[in-house]
Amino acid sequence: MPSLFKQIQAGVLWDFHGGIHPPTRKQLSNQKPIAVMPLPDRLYIPLRQHIGVAGQLLVRAGERVLKGQQLTSADNSMVVPVHAPTSGTVVQIAPHTGAHPSALPELTLILAPDGLDQWREREPLNFASCDKAQLLTRIQNSGIAGMGGAGFPTHLKSGASQPIDYLIINAVECEPYITADDLLMQEAATTIVKGIDILCHLLNPKAVLIGIEDDKAIACAAMMAACSQRENYYVRAVPVKYPSGGEKQLIQLLTNKEVPNGRRPLDIGIVMHNVGTAFAIAKAVLDDHPLISRVVTVTGNTLNQPQNVIALLGTPVSSLLQLCGFQPEPMQRVIMGGPMMGFTLSDLNVPVVKTTNCILAPTAEELPAATVEMDCIRCSACADACPASLLPQQLLWYSKAKDSDKLNEYNLADCIECGACAYVCPSEIPLVQYYRVAKADIREQQREAVKAEQAKARFEARNARLEHEKQERLARNQQLAATRQQQQLASGANNTVAEALARIKAKQAQAAVADNSDTSSAQLHAEREQKKQQAREYQQQKALAETAAPEVEKTTPETQAEPADARKAAIAAAIARAKNKQQQTSATDNSTAELDPRKAAIAAAIARAKAKQQNSVTAERTVTQEAPVSPSTEVSSQNTEPDPRKAAIAAAIARVKARKQADDDTL
Amino acid sequence: MTLVTALISLGVLALIFGAVLGYAAVRFKVESDPLVDQIDDILPQTQCGQCGYPGCKPYAEAIANGDDINKCPPGGEATIRKLADLLGVEAKPLNAAQTENIKRVAYIREDECIGCTKCIQACPVDAIVGASKLMHTVIVDECTGCDLCVEPCPVDCIDMVPLANTTERWKWDLSAIPVKIVE
Repeated sequence: MPSLFKQIQAGVLWDFHGGIHPPTRKQLSNQKPIAVMPLPDRLYIPLRQHIGVAGQLLVRAGERVLKGQQLTSADNSMVVPVHAPTSGTVVQIAPHTGAHPSALPELTLILAPDGLDQWREREPLNFASCDKAQLLTRIQNSGIAGMGGAGFPTHLKSGASQPIDYLIINAVECEPYITADDLLMQEAATTIVKGIDILCHLLNPKAVLIGIEDDKAIACAAMMAACSQRENYYVRAVPVKYPSGGEKQLIQLLTNKEVPNGRRPLDIGIVMHNVGTAFAIAKAVLDDHPLISRVVTVTGNTLNQPQNVIALLGTPVSSLLQLCGFQPEPMQRVIMGGPMMGFTLSDLNVPVVKTTNCILAPTAEELPAATVEMDCIRCSACADACPASLLPQQLLWYSKAKDSDKLNEYNLADCIECGACAYVCPSEIPLVQYYRVAKADIREQQREAVKAEQAKARFEARNARLEHEKQERLARNQQLAATRQQQQLASGANNTVAEALARIKAKQAQAAVADNSDTSSAQLHAEREQKKQQAREYQQQKALAETAAPEVEKTTPETQAEPADARKAAIAAAIARAKNKQQQTSATDNSTAELDPRKAAIAAAIARAKAKQQNSVTAERTVTQEAPVSPSTEVSSQNTEPDPRKAAIAAAIARVKARKQADDDTL
Repeated sequence: MTLVTALISLGVLALIFGAVLGYAAVRFKVESDPLVDQIDDILPQTQCGQCGYPGCKPYAEAIANGDDINKCPPGGEATIRKLADLLGVEAKPLNAAQTENIKRVAYIREDECIGCTKCIQACPVDAIVGASKLMHTVIVDECTGCDLCVEPCPVDCIDMVPLANTTERWKWDLSAIPVKIVE
């Protein structure tokens, strides 16, 4: 048994499970050369046309751009930039219906061509003298993503570090109607082979296998001719069967190797590129012509001139259809992609993007709309047709039941969504649609799981942070308190405070004791009464002295009669006054017992009133600074003092007060 | 005699096997995940508190201690089903008061934000950025849609907006494409 490599060299082909043979209908479009699409009025360039993320915009609305100018930056490896397909002005950067089955708006740059088609400066490279990094950068910056349909960034596939056994160029183009690769090979085989040379320079494979379906005789011959000078380039004509152009299927066909579940071809030493991608690489490296146009098959029975067209990326589908003589039917459907894997467009302003290989405008007869879905009859035709050897019926049940565990168990992820099962289904069950929905659900769940994991991590990180901050705050507070205490101890302030506190406490305790003992409170009351009594007596004395004073003064003029003995007289007067006073005091002393409290109260009240008046006078003096007024008021107050009415009022007030005080005291 | 021999030999065999099994049970003991962690893995980690617990982990602990499994609106029926499978209990419908809703994220009307940082303090996953007296904004990718920031906002400038459908998030809808060719 010869080795695998020998067998491959000898041209042995293998087969894969299942597959179908739908009518190819390639004659519609493969009879004419590729036409060149004239410049449309507007170009709609979605910023993301590949699998990955969109780059940052480099231009603004209103800016003029040159043909081939980079519009977005390639700042990380998952970004593939887009370029201006022709020179013109950026009209707007806004959401526009994207080339996606969802028909959701995507951020799109709208360019108004100026018709000059003016190129930016170009720097062609000689790939043989370039290192790999330089070539990969050129490929990335030229915006090249897989042109077979998936749109995987080419520089990621070509920059593999593992040793590569086989580079497979996929030119099978197995889906009905599509002839874009066929025509490209017929017209540009030498450029394609140059592109393959560049890929070989990057990947160093043992052999290059070019798979072409055997109904493309001209293309096959052209490729063979172009490869005739190359060693280890093998053009292989594979039998017509759908979907032999699937990556895993073609690998099986050409090398008899199976890509394990959940792995990539790279893991078994194989890299596959589409023939259109090889062409784009050659143009990008050798001409510095970024990916700004591609061959699109515009076909279907509603077109007068179905043909292949080189269209600038961003050309609206409607312009392409017009060019080819579109005669729409009522309820006309236009499909982007082939009849098996494409999707119906909801809006004909959708632009051509890097992965658009076909625009199909079929008549209703040609491609009837889906009819009523019937129950599965378990005929197993789908399982026979499945190129991935799955069990479509089981997958259908589990898809309907949304049982993602079972779907994973039955390897839904290996489904390539080729539509062979739905094509053969006698009950017209749109099986692929169920799988697509189920796959989207599973992806959603995975995304949710990832997000939940992130949220959990963030929640826990936050909790940890809050706890940490709390502990820190607590520790800081404790430390501050400790230092404060130490400072106080050091300065001795603590002792005085403590002493003061002790004094206050002692006082409070004493007061409490006094309050509690009835006897001491009685004593206090008695003392208070005594003091009051004394005060009253003193005031009475005062009042009496005032009334007695004038009598004393009267005596002085008599004494002036003897001026010689003035001193004696004065002494005598003084003695008399003193005697008088003594007498008076003794009289009051005696009378105190007789004096009723009313008189005493009156006297007290007068005294108080006087004091008050005097107070108010002094207050007035200080406040208003009216010095001349004050003596008169003093005089008037002295004059009004003896007024009996006022005294009576004062006495009344005093009485009320006394009673109140008495009441208070008894209480 | 043969009976005795048979009994002894069987007894010895039983002892040997018993010892082997006993040793294996100790030696190859499988450390299973604690139940709380398993439950926590199923919960959606929105940390929204709609279950009445301050986060998903506390609810997981409560479930492990016998609380109802149907208190998680963000998780919906799928979470309840998984919890029922894990715990071997009957799947209950979601609490009547708590209805399953579509995915939303918080959105701060930035010109109305006064920069009070109250929402930042409320966010359980630190998905709001901003500083005192400066505008705040929500990191959409990190927002779990828990609603907790809406209430504390003194100027009511936070809305819960449904997550925009993008081509990545879009789900195929049945009968989108014809797949049949008839000759």
